[in-house]
Amino acid sequence: MAEIPRYSGPFGVPQAERLLWRAGFGPRRGEAAQLAKLGLDGAVLSLTRPAGEKWVGPPPRDEKGRRLAPGDAYGHDHLWWLDRMVRTSRPLVERMTLNWHDWFATSNSGVGSQQLMMAQNRLLRRFSLGSFRKLLIAITANPAMLLWLSGIDNRKDAPNENYGRELMELFTLGEGNGYTERDVREQARALTGWTSTWKRGKGRTDFRFDPKRHDPGMKVIFGKKGTFSWRDSVALTLRHPKHPPFFVEKLWSYFVPEPPSATTRAGLEALYRASFEVRPVLEAILRHPALYTGPRMVKPPVVYTAGLLRGLGRGVDTRSWVWLSENAGQRLFYPPNVAGWDDERWLDTNSFHGRWGIANTALEKFTLGDKNSKNVKVPNDPEAIVKGALALLGNPTIRPETRKELLAFARGSLAGATGWKAEAYPPLVANAVRQLLAVSPDLQTC
Amino acid sequence: MGCCDEHSRAELIRRGIAEAGRGLPSIEAGMPTPAGTGLSRRSFVAKSVGLALAVYGGSGLRPQLFDEGIAAATAAGENTKVLVSVFLDGGADSLSMLFPADDPDYLALRPRLALPASSGTPFAEDSRLYWHPSLQPFAQLHGEGKVSVMPGIGYDHPNQSHFTSRHFSEVGAADERLTTGWLGRYLDRVGSPDNPLQGLSLDWSLQPSLATAKMPIAAIDSPDRYDFWARGVWGDVHERMIATIGRLGTLPTHGDPGLRQATDATRQSSQLYRQLTPFRGKDEKKGFSSPVAYPESDDRFPNRLAGLAAMLAAGMPLRVVAMSAPGGYDTHDDQANDLAEGLKLTADSLLAFQRDLEARGLADRVLVHVWSEFGRRAKENGSNGTDHGAAGAGFLIGSRVKGQMIGEFPGVKQLDEDGNLRATADYRGLYSAILEDWLGADAEAIIPGARKFKRPAILR
Repeated sequence: MAEIPRYSGPFGVPQAERLLWRAGFGPRRGEAAQLAKLGLDGAVLSLTRPAGEKWVGPPPRDEKGRRLAPGDAYGHDHLWWLDRMVRTSRPLVERMTLNWHDWFATSNSGVGSQQLMMAQNRLLRRFSLGSFRKLLIAITANPAMLLWLSGIDNRKDAPNENYGRELMELFTLGEGNGYTERDVREQARALTGWTSTWKRGKGRTDFRFDPKRHDPGMKVIFGKKGTFSWRDSVALTLRHPKHPPFFVEKLWSYFVPEPPSATTRAGLEALYRASFEVRPVLEAILRHPALYTGPRMVKPPVVYTAGLLRGLGRGVDTRSWVWLSENAGQRLFYPPNVAGWDDERWLDTNSFHGRWGIANTALEKFTLGDKNSKNVKVPNDPEAIVKGALALLGNPTIRPETRKELLAFARGSLAGATGWKAEAYPPLVANAVRQLLAVSPDLQTC
Repeated sequence: MGCCDEHSRAELIRRGIAEAGRGLPSIEAGMPTPAGTGLSRRSFVAKSVGLALAVYGGSGLRPQLFDEGIAAATAAGENTKVLVSVFLDGGADSLSMLFPADDPDYLALRPRLALPASSGTPFAEDSRLYWHPSLQPFAQLHGEGKVSVMPGIGYDHPNQSHFTSRHFSEVGAADERLTTGWLGRYLDRVGSPDNPLQGLSLDWSLQPSLATAKMPIAAIDSPDRYDFWARGVWGDVHERMIATIGRLGTLPTHGDPGLRQATDATRQSSQLYRQLTPFRGKDEKKGFSSPVAYPESDDRFPNRLAGLAAMLAAGMPLRVVAMSAPGGYDTHDDQANDLAEGLKLTADSLLAFQRDLEARGLADRVLVHVWSEFGRRAKENGSNGTDHGAAGAGFLIGSRVKGQMIGEFPGVKQLDEDGNLRATADYRGLYSAILEDWLGADAEAIIPGARKFKRPAILR
């Protein structure tokens, strides 16, 4: 078996910080230092084999202090999941759930039921670090997916190619990678048979396999002949020689922005082939030198948001996160299409503007100089202001040149502040430094 | 903002261009500012081309940089031509947009989805075809000679994946690895390093056809909403904060692509903020007004088009604009309703946009290209929908278009081996014609293998 390289450099706060961002939603105050003490192996295992869930921080509320209704109320689905990302003690489980949501991207815009989307979310979480084989079987028969990719419309007399095509193109093999248009049609036939019932006031319910709608005839898939069923369709796809390379490369891409070397790829494929288990592959990726020494990644908008809240120690307490996240390009449960979010293009002038709004809202409870903070004195001292902003955001590691710009801004703004401004300006400058720090390229990436 | 003020300003810029090199047309002190913005106009001379230009607001702006950006964008007459790309996302059904109502093969293929002749308007260029009822505005513009129809646009060996086929359309080549858009490569050749507005994505996110290798481009939801307000920050501290955003966007990135992406977005956002100063509305008010009524809708599409016309009228240096049409076109199920709804808002809005441009005297400068990644399967599926197909329909709209079909209706008798329509025009030939005849660029430097593709006549 090909030897997969392991990271052997120092494992201090910067490395622990990066690991917590890539495999979760960033550190809470002091968390990176705690994780660094465990060393690389201990840190990785604490993420991939976590103890039971222990929520940290205040439970989620809307701005009127009411509990969330994620299955019913508009936007509460997003808030409910964002809260889990903020309060979880099992960050990799939540992060992998998010990765599967992107991988099997299902949008409520086509499902039309928050209840069914929540059920799919539970499914993705249950299999988050487990068997991809079981996950693929479960997602193929999942009601939200059956609605999203026309599974319940795919029947013997009228096959619908939607799921059969995406199963191969997006979920297991890659576009045109080892299958033909004929395979698409034959897969569609093998996948026939799912149905559900429409009930007034309840919507779609009673999702089930109905043998009468299934096409039991002979099919040819990947050159093999048989009277294949939907389970055969999944099994054939998993056993396709092009599946392990596709799987390994796609999983890797969620954690490292550059493709793996041939040796690494071969090693990861061998690990995966042995059992179709996700955890061992994840552990190898999280211990890989490329994660610690390679280039930075742009944080996805919800990861950015959850991380700001974790750093600030603030819980989910406003519905604004729904539209703010949408503005930044990532509304949970509404990926743009079945290929998921475009991770190469998280940042442009519009999404930067969206992230500005996210940072501004995250910081709103801490605004200085307004009537909520009358008694807080901000010193007329640029150094102290920059230090204070870093401390508020959980002391993230930033580049010296970024610190220098923030300091230059604070100095320049306070230099001309004489008379009434000498008293009035320090809080303004402190608010601005926090905002600039939160949107800086350093904090947009990890 | 009165249309006539804007009109005269646009006139002035045009006249300025016409007179370049023959002395400077002056901008009179009394020229109106855009109503409702409360901003003063500054004018200066773009030395590189000998033009006087007006810039609204933007007190912190360094004239020289802006000068170069605008000067480059307005340097040559034909470069003030603007292309607006409108994407029907999902693969729009061409056999519904222009349908052969009386063809017995069509009725057999579409027993439940076939539209009756009585519901549509006859298509004047091909007596077999009728316009979808929601496309009545296109029929009307076609009657005025302002629409060229492509009833079977596509390419050889069509790919039926949304993502691949869309990618091919966006990069202007059947090449999976190409990462720059065809309009992006155009901008890389003719654009300016200081003008993000030259490639504008009027959308939540960047339209990939605009993706450049070098030049800055912009994505905005709407031109009147681009602000960087921060709680508890005002006055000159706010102005300094905005300037610091720009500086954070110029820090070295040491060859790190992730850091570079974040840094580029930071810098471009601060440039865009300055460029859009005249459009920032005060107190939730729009920073512009329109001479015609646009459809009322929760969807941003009509408002984005209205903003676009206003930006053009204000002389903003736009070259190519890309946006997504409202509606979902991947109609595997329940096609009839979804399609009618999306097409209606799209067509109604584009008609209003055309009338807006006409009212402002800008219609000769703008060409709209409506496209989708593919058409749909000729035979309907069992879910009152259609599956992915191959050749589909596209449209060119504008006062300067030829108004004649590009390619012909391929018919439903001779389908390809997958049961899809055959292409009668190649999209790369169309792109080459747009680049050469409309944008005045060298297509062979932008579209790989451009020489091989036949250019349709697109302009009158």
